[in-house]
Amino acid sequence: MTCSEFLKELTDYLDGVIDDRTKKELDEHLLWCHNCYVVCNTTKRTIEIYRGSELYELPDDLRTKLRTAIVAKCQEQKPKS
Amino acid sequence: MEAIESKVGEPTDESVLVDAARKGDIGAFESLVKRYDRNVFRIAQHITQNREDAEDVVQDAFLKAYQNLGQFQGQSKFYTWLVRIAVNEALMRLRRRRPERMVSLDEDVKTEEDSMPREIADWTPNPEQQYTQGELKDILSRTIQGLPASFRTVFVLRDVEGLSTEETADALGLSIPAVKSRLLRARLQLRERLNKYFKKKRDGDGTQ
Repeated sequence: MTCSEFLKELTDYLDGVIDDRTKKELDEHLLWCHNCYVVCNTTKRTIEIYRGSELYELPDDLRTKLRTAIVAKCQEQKPKS
Repeated sequence: MEAIESKVGEPTDESVLVDAARKGDIGAFESLVKRYDRNVFRIAQHITQNREDAEDVVQDAFLKAYQNLGQFQGQSKFYTWLVRIAVNEALMRLRRRRPERMVSLDEDVKTEEDSMPREIADWTPNPEQQYTQGELKDILSRTIQGLPASFRTVFVLRDVEGLSTEETADALGLSIPAVKSRLLRARLQLRERLNKYFKKKRDGDGTQ
């Protein structure tokens, strides 16, 4: 397996949706290819960091304000059938 | 992931709320708003990269959903249907703000070359702990801003909101291979850009 073949499968590998045979080939590639090992690890960390970052959380006061506005607008009209 | 998990075991069955809202029960619709407003806001701000636009997207997306509940067939989940409406609203606002740039989910930006790793460096064990929470958010926000809108959108739905590949494809009207290709490139480009903040310091070169 070459490094570009490894990269092509990286997303499925990280998501754990890959068949056993391909996974074995990827695992073997990682054993000897330090560059792919680093790319794989840091990509995994990238996902974890974004997922845990609480970036763009909706503050409670703004949340209430938006919900009140939505409900008021909905009250002005009924859903189209 | 958390967002998806928190939906499991909600006390009221979603289809009951959707049916009631369709008949004009505002309280039922408000429950749906409470359930998903945080998710819609996050998605909208990731795409528009603008707080005011994200607020408008939340309001407009829920209002449109309410008005068009009659068209919701129940073949997909209500949340996936809502995300589709929100993504369209967000992209529309982004186009308005940046008319000089083509903003489309169909854009297939450049070639595979743009995502090939150029710098390969180990990161420190807990890179995010080198920064305060505010600094980290600033880094992550600036980094994701640099991605094309179509990559940002797929990344936020799959990796931040935890939608499956199939749900993401459904919400965006893209094929599964298109979602996978954009996701891979988004992940690799973000990784590359985060290198400069998170890589291990080497003695003497002064870089981080």
